Amino acid sequence: MTTPDFHKSPALFEARALAFARNDEPIFGPLDFTLNAGEVVLIEGDNGAGKTTLLRVLSGLLNPTSGEIRLDGEPLTLARLSPRVALLAHQAGLKDDLNALENLHFAAGLHGLRAGIAPEIALTSVGLDGYADVPVRQLSAGQRKRVALARVLLAPVGLWLLDEPYANLDLDGIRLVNRLLEEHASRGGAALITSHGAYAYTSGTPRRIPLHPKTANAMSGSNGARTS
Amino acid sequence: MKPGSTRAACTALIKRDLILIWRRRGDAINPILFALIVVALFPLALGPEPEQLRHIATGVVFVAVLLAGLLALDTLFRSDYEDGSLEQLVLSPHPLSLLLGCKIAVHWFTTALPLLIAAPLLGELLHMDGPVRWVLTGALFLATPLLSLIGAVCVALTVGMRRSGMLLALLVLPLYVPVLIFGAGACNAAALGLPYLAPLLWLGAALVLALVLAPLACAAALRISLS
Repeated sequence: MTTPDFHKSPALFEARALAFARNDEPIFGPLDFTLNAGEVVLIEGDNGAGKTTLLRVLSGLLNPTSGEIRLDGEPLTLARLSPRVALLAHQAGLKDDLNALENLHFAAGLHGLRAGIAPEIALTSVGLDGYADVPVRQLSAGQRKRVALARVLLAPVGLWLLDEPYANLDLDGIRLVNRLLEEHASRGGAALITSHGAYAYTSGTPRRIPLHPKTANAMSGSNGARTS
Repeated sequence: MKPGSTRAACTALIKRDLILIWRRRGDAINPILFALIVVALFPLALGPEPEQLRHIATGVVFVAVLLAGLLALDTLFRSDYEDGSLEQLVLSPHPLSLLLGCKIAVHWFTTALPLLIAAPLLGELLHMDGPVRWVLTGALFLATPLLSLIGAVCVALTVGMRRSGMLLALLVLPLYVPVLIFGAGACNAAALGLPYLAPLLWLGAALVLALVLAPLACAAALRISLS
């Protein structure tokens, strides 16, 4: 069965021939993909394949070298994107001197609160009951990741951009991320997550976007005839 | 106040920055100690003649306050840049310039205001005359926010670099020169019994201009630094 793409409403997120180069050295791309509401897409690639850079480009923090990104069919701008996106980057954006709850209260003040959730509830749902008063400085890397996930959970947005959400998490934490993503998708939200492949999104069969290391990418034009 | 409104965001940001400074309040008195030591060095180097010290007092206090402010400047965006909070600010749905304006205001309030209060005492150390001390306080009241605003733009430009301290000083100090000339000029005029209102008004006008333009420039510079 074919899906008549051009009759549908425009995709939430659409990248066309998206590429990024730093100092004339290609980092990733050209890349084409779409992301619809209620969908979780996994960006897979080895270390250095450009996953983080891709996510920064998609979040509007970096301008692509070529190609374009469309949000609801219109060109992406930071002003249109920012009310609708939550970004979990490598630097989690948490203050070491504040405790988990203070960090979440600040995030709620900055980005707003999703209906039916509060910082305390978010902290419980990421399994950090009883850690509200502990300064983030004293939390482990995995616990910090959970606090950062709670921050993403609070934001009243439809689009999640999560950079390596599985890193540093234990098995229980990985299941937690999968559950949060499923709930988010069932609410009609969309998510783009990156992973280097060791722990993949297990529930369902999400669409995957493979990112190749830049050497392999440069050769994809010549049908990959040569090996590196 | 609705969560997610711009006012709520500004309030949350101001509250967070104040809490962070309070948790590290030991660091907050460093600028005052620095200014005090700089001012105390001059009588040691020049000798304790009151007449000579009175002659250089306004200039010394002004430069000490300016350098102390420069010392504190680098902390403005540094930690936010390193822990990723700055990206979250840029991605928040509120005007970045307004949020940065709040940050600069908190920074001025916690680093420059204590200096402002200490300045008459620093003047007293150098035998400054009573009326001149008031003009000095007035001039600093207009000059220090101006220094913070100009400095913030330069910090925003250099925050992406490691070891940007010296570069920041080289960028900022030439821009501080007009502020120093008008501020110290007003104090010197007051010390000589001349009218001192005009340079103060110039400072005021520059402050109004910077209040409007500096946060916008700061936001643009930060976006460049983050990319």
